[in-house]
Amino acid sequence: MYAWLWRMLPGRPLTRALTAAVLVAVVGAVLWYAVFPLLEPAVTLDEVTVRE
Amino acid sequence: MAIPGARIVSEYADRMRATLRAVGEISITAGLILMLFCAYLLWGTGAYTQSQQALLRRELDTRKEPTRQVKPGQAVAMLRIPKLGDDYRYAVVEGVGAEQLKKGPGHYPKSAMPGQIGNFVLSGHRTTYAAPFNEIDELERDDEIIVEAREARYVYRVTSQDIVEPDEIEVLAPVPGKPDISPIRAFITLSTCHPEYSAAERLIVYGVLKTTEPREE
Repeated sequence: MYAWLWRMLPGRPLTRALTAAVLVAVVGAVLWYAVFPLLEPAVTLDEVTVRE
Repeated sequence: MAIPGARIVSEYADRMRATLRAVGEISITAGLILMLFCAYLLWGTGAYTQSQQALLRRELDTRKEPTRQVKPGQAVAMLRIPKLGDDYRYAVVEGVGAEQLKKGPGHYPKSAMPGQIGNFVLSGHRTTYAAPFNEIDELERDDEIIVEAREARYVYRVTSQDIVEPDEIEVLAPVPGKPDISPIRAFITLSTCHPEYSAAERLIVYGVLKTTEPREE
């Protein structure tokens, strides 16, 4: 998967490495700001109230 | 000399290798994403709480109505626990719904107001959303819990700690643990999850009002 991605990236190895880093950052940001906030309510590790 | 069938075996091995590599890469990726999600829960959620706390504090500074008229989602009072640091300050929000607890420690709407006879009950997150109640297990007898409301500064002192089942609502009673008795004193009760990172039980800290200092207008 990653080898295939690397082959798909254009340019010299340095350009490819920079493009890959940007891609990683974009994927990370999408997860952090869009996906994780949607998933978070499903995680009930921190239930703090007492109720019936 | 060619071994019969060797070509087929080698093709099979190539396909096997490619599949295993893909499975391995996907597993490692999933692991990294999970780690990032844990980091988000522990630290990322706190950013939201910090921004909401700033709003609640401003609301407290400009509040004109009496504390008892507060509506769900609004700021009730400022909570200070000197034992947990001189800078330990959280604006308490009215309500204990998921959305309200994301903003800070929440006040059970049916429980007493700060300083009033009965039980002033607060819940707060222990590990996520800035984790305001992360260290309340360190509170010991006679430690101070200070609640700064608009009209007065209420100083409670810690009396005891307990670990209870999540449905043990007796701790919310006007006299904590004694639902049949009507109160003659002002209590405070803090609840959070226990053990840390688990929803199995609840950690409860009890206190009683020590002094009331009316605030100058």
